Amino acid sequence: MELKRTVKFEADRDPEFARWVSHTVGGERIRHCLQCGLCSGKCPLSLYMDYTPRRLMHLSREGFKEEVLGSSSIWLCTACYACMVNCPKNINVTHLLYALKQRAIEEKRYPRRFAIPVMARQFSDMVRGSGRITESWLVVRVFLRTSFWRLLGMSRLGAKLFLSGRMPLKREKIHRQPEMEKLLDSVAATRKELAL
Amino acid sequence: MRYAYYPGCSLRGTGRSYEESLLAVFRALDVEIDEIDDWNCCGATTYMSVDELTSYALASRNMALAERGHSEIIAPCAACYLVLNKTQHYIREYPSIKIVVTRALETIGLEYHDRIRVRHPLDVLLNDVKPENIAAKVKVPLNGLKFAPYYGCQIVRPYSTFDDQRDPTSMERLLEACGAKAVHYPLKTLCCGGSQKGTLPEVGLDLVHYLLKEAQKNGAEVVATVCPLCQFNLESFQKEAGERHDETSLPVLYFTQLMALALGAPAHTIGLQRGFVPIEPLLTTKEIAYA
Amino acid sequence: MPEIPSVSGPEDVRIGVYVCHCGTNIAGTVDVKALASYAACLPHVAVSREYKYMCSDPGQALIEVDIAEHDLNRIVVASCSPLLHEATFRRVLARAGLNPFLLQMVNIREHVSWVHSDRKTATEKAKDLVRAAVRRVSLHKPLEKRRVPINPSVLVVGGGIAGIHAALKLADAGKQVYLVEREPTIGGHMAMFDKTFPTLDCAACILTPKMTAVGSHPNIKLYTYSEVVKVDGYVGNYKVRIKHKPRYVNEDLCIGCQECITACVYKEGKTPDEFNLGLSKRKPIYLAFPQAVPQKVVIDRDTCIEFKSGKCKKTCIEACGERLAIDFKQKETFEEIEIGAIILATGFKTFAPERNPSCGYGQYPNVYTSLEVERLINASGPTGGEVILRDGKRPTSVGIIHCIGSRDANSNRWCSKVCCMYSLKLAHLIKEHTGAEVFNFYIDMRTPGKGYEEFYDRLLDEGVHFVRGRVADVSDWAVHPSEEGKLVIRAEDTLAGFVRRIPVDMVVLSVGLEPQTDAQDVRRLFNISCSSEGWFLERHPKLAPVSTFTEGIYIAGACQGPKDIPDSVAQAGAAAAEALALIDAQSVELEPYTAAILEQDCSGCKSCIPLCPYQAITFVDEKKKAYINEVLCKGCGTCVAGCPSGSIQQNFFEDDQIFEEIEGVLAYA
Repeated sequence: MELKRTVKFEADRDPEFARWVSHTVGGERIRHCLQCGLCSGKCPLSLYMDYTPRRLMHLSREGFKEEVLGSSSIWLCTACYACMVNCPKNINVTHLLYALKQRAIEEKRYPRRFAIPVMARQFSDMVRGSGRITESWLVVRVFLRTSFWRLLGMSRLGAKLFLSGRMPLKREKIHRQPEMEKLLDSVAATRKELAL
Repeated sequence: MRYAYYPGCSLRGTGRSYEESLLAVFRALDVEIDEIDDWNCCGATTYMSVDELTSYALASRNMALAERGHSEIIAPCAACYLVLNKTQHYIREYPSIKIVVTRALETIGLEYHDRIRVRHPLDVLLNDVKPENIAAKVKVPLNGLKFAPYYGCQIVRPYSTFDDQRDPTSMERLLEACGAKAVHYPLKTLCCGGSQKGTLPEVGLDLVHYLLKEAQKNGAEVVATVCPLCQFNLESFQKEAGERHDETSLPVLYFTQLMALALGAPAHTIGLQRGFVPIEPLLTTKEIAYA
Repeated sequence: MPEIPSVSGPEDVRIGVYVCHCGTNIAGTVDVKALASYAACLPHVAVSREYKYMCSDPGQALIEVDIAEHDLNRIVVASCSPLLHEATFRRVLARAGLNPFLLQMVNIREHVSWVHSDRKTATEKAKDLVRAAVRRVSLHKPLEKRRVPINPSVLVVGGGIAGIHAALKLADAGKQVYLVEREPTIGGHMAMFDKTFPTLDCAACILTPKMTAVGSHPNIKLYTYSEVVKVDGYVGNYKVRIKHKPRYVNEDLCIGCQECITACVYKEGKTPDEFNLGLSKRKPIYLAFPQAVPQKVVIDRDTCIEFKSGKCKKTCIEACGERLAIDFKQKETFEEIEIGAIILATGFKTFAPERNPSCGYGQYPNVYTSLEVERLINASGPTGGEVILRDGKRPTSVGIIHCIGSRDANSNRWCSKVCCMYSLKLAHLIKEHTGAEVFNFYIDMRTPGKGYEEFYDRLLDEGVHFVRGRVADVSDWAVHPSEEGKLVIRAEDTLAGFVRRIPVDMVVLSVGLEPQTDAQDVRRLFNISCSSEGWFLERHPKLAPVSTFTEGIYIAGACQGPKDIPDSVAQAGAAAAEALALIDAQSVELEPYTAAILEQDCSGCKSCIPLCPYQAITFVDEKKKAYINEVLCKGCGTCVAGCPSGSIQQNFFEDDQIFEEIEGVLAYA
């Protein structure tokens, strides 16, 4: 019988993380969370999460950074807003989940070849380069970098889509592509200047 | 009034039938649209996960372009609808975001004046065209075709103002004006899993299964959707979900396909042939004449 | 030093200035000795002193003695806020034989020593304020408080438990009470309950004796099926117009035998029965419930055939026989009464759960509100006390969902206080009646009253499942085979840490309490305030929970905020006591801060009339001038400011007095 000792000392908390949570977009009213559990009850993916949305709220505001950024919840969230729209304290749960996801990506806390951040990277590269997404190539790029076998497994579906005219291989591009670069560079520059 | 039209990337790919049928519906109902010249990707939920600030700038470019000459923009894709709305709200609420967006648009010679209203086709058809007027133009009544009204999440939450966020009924009202019949569908706003099917397959498969099984159980003959990703998920993984759980074999269509059918558009112009579960047998059984 | 202009006012003004140390509260920051010396040099100041505690007996005596010895005729006290001791010092002046309104208070505590820290600037500010007061007080005139007599009768609006209790107490004290209730019977919500927590007393058994006491009390005039439509007057002297809705039955002749109901041409009821919340049907002629007070039948004109077509056989009249109590020609009548005080006890309404589609009410037949369940389990209810659902089933599993329409930013933010207790009560009763498995879904268990926590202990013993988690959805979507054909409640069991799906046969929604639909109309009728949420506003949340800002009008029971029966009864008793205190004083004193029209200046433009929030201004046609009723005037000053020709002056706030005060502050020392 394996025993696991769990007691949390104040040193295990990260006050900077807690502060960041209550100031980031989405965390504004986190202190009002009554832990009623409605968010978890509404969430269609909470059954797969290691920490339900409710637990994540409390862990976040208390500053248990390791548990929060290492949880599966932030990757499972599909941003369907069922939690946020019904929260009796108007807590912006979904937006906070987005913020946590962004922070986890920033701090590279995810398994190697994890599809979600790979997808996010490929998506943003494609937008920068072409201004629009060509689904066929996006899917290919993501699977090539994560799981080649899965890509093969999806080939039948891909063929069906292609044959029904729903997976064009022609690259979608906007005419004024340089505008994309200017736009994105400007955002990066302003962000740096305003320290956002 | 002419509306600005923002198709979004999916409508040129997996959501092709959505665009085809939507344009057919608009043509039949004299809704005049102008596609935004050189529109770009809105960023959808993926960009939001990585870099929110940039996604606001991306979305604003489209709105700034649309503002030149239009006061309303129709965004059929649920993700685009959400992103555009969120961008509008956040620019109003957070001055720092406004600064970032204004400067970014300046570098490409554009300005965003917050003078444009973001609409969904459901909203336009329900409130501007109105069900009575649609019913009057129906050429091929849908003869009580039973459909499960599946809204998904992003079209209702959190920015929908034209329908109840917890129990929307706009699709029911529109399709019933065309002669179809909605079945009881408690999962009408349950998330389909979005892009999780690609990244976390078992999760996505479970959700697809629940949605399809419940529709079939309640007697639906077809599932009507409003979102390209929902339609894709439900249709593409129906077989796989059936292998793992219980089998279902429902055609999954866009609500605009059903409407266009009712308004007399020829089948091949509204993408009916692009579906994985053919709908023709069902139409024949229900004696719905299609060209 | 610039010359201080002399004060304009009566030449024989002799002012006494008293600066209080208030221990160190004032003296710690303000140099009180310097202040008193400074005041002594001001024009017309005959005496200037400082003392540790002016409000103490010796402090007060200082003033009294000085008034006699130095012939003072104006007093300035520089101390704390007038809210605390203005009355005290006015009494000092009265004792010394001076008119109490020849006093001016200066606040050098809350306005100076408690908000500034620099001694020098604080003292300078205090000097400015005292100087201003000295100039003002010279222009004070003697004023008299008015006394008006009080009519000893009381109107109680609302015949629920609070209204009933208040009416009985007042009637027992020998006062004439008018109890007006808009339903055909008194009893309110309590009459609908089955049992009451925590004792599980039968609600009707403890309520009906009080109801019959009301019905037979010689001092209570019971007006049911009636509403107040107009309220005029002021404290002690209200004139109220009451509308009596037609029952189409003569109350003096009907004996409540109910033969007419049996004989009605409708063999069965077809109209949803309001008392049973639509769970059963009634005929057009009906009695709300068996113990209704008064025991008089009522006819609903919207569903009675005689009114719709005029061609009914009228078997009811036949059955009534010689008594001839039924009168289809009855009309609405109006009555004016005169009373001295009013108690509003208009109660609450329950949250309409259709506003929350996730809970399934209206979508699934076996979802009930708690009030509907009270009727179901009541022996005189629609199913004779058996729990039989709308689809005929008997439940083997029941889910009770707390906080429907409470503690929720999407509906009502407040906690409705009684729902946890009644949910526990219903859990117990349902288990008792059906033996079903009962699940209570709660967020916090709020059981603060006497015997309430013990009641919770009792429920814990009974094997009810307590799941802590706000319910997300109620639907018929089945995932597991055991869920087929049931209503599935999905919630996170927060204490266990995972999501649960619980299939039940019956869902009970513990709906919260809200203000009545017409609460705003009622409060405007009586000229009282409401809180932002719509509950009637008490004068002070802690110290004056049953009086309002309108003199002579009291509130009691759930109309003031969600509360249980013990608290409603307590408040009703309190309101009755306050009304008695008012009445037994036999007259009421009114503050003299009233406004008056300077007739010679009034041009008759009528601008002031609509400005008055208390409708105190009228137009006198013969003189073509406005007239302010001193007794209604509350001294708000709106008309004074609004009059385009400045022809309205207000006692104690006359233009001259205010200008002197301003100039006093601005002048240099």
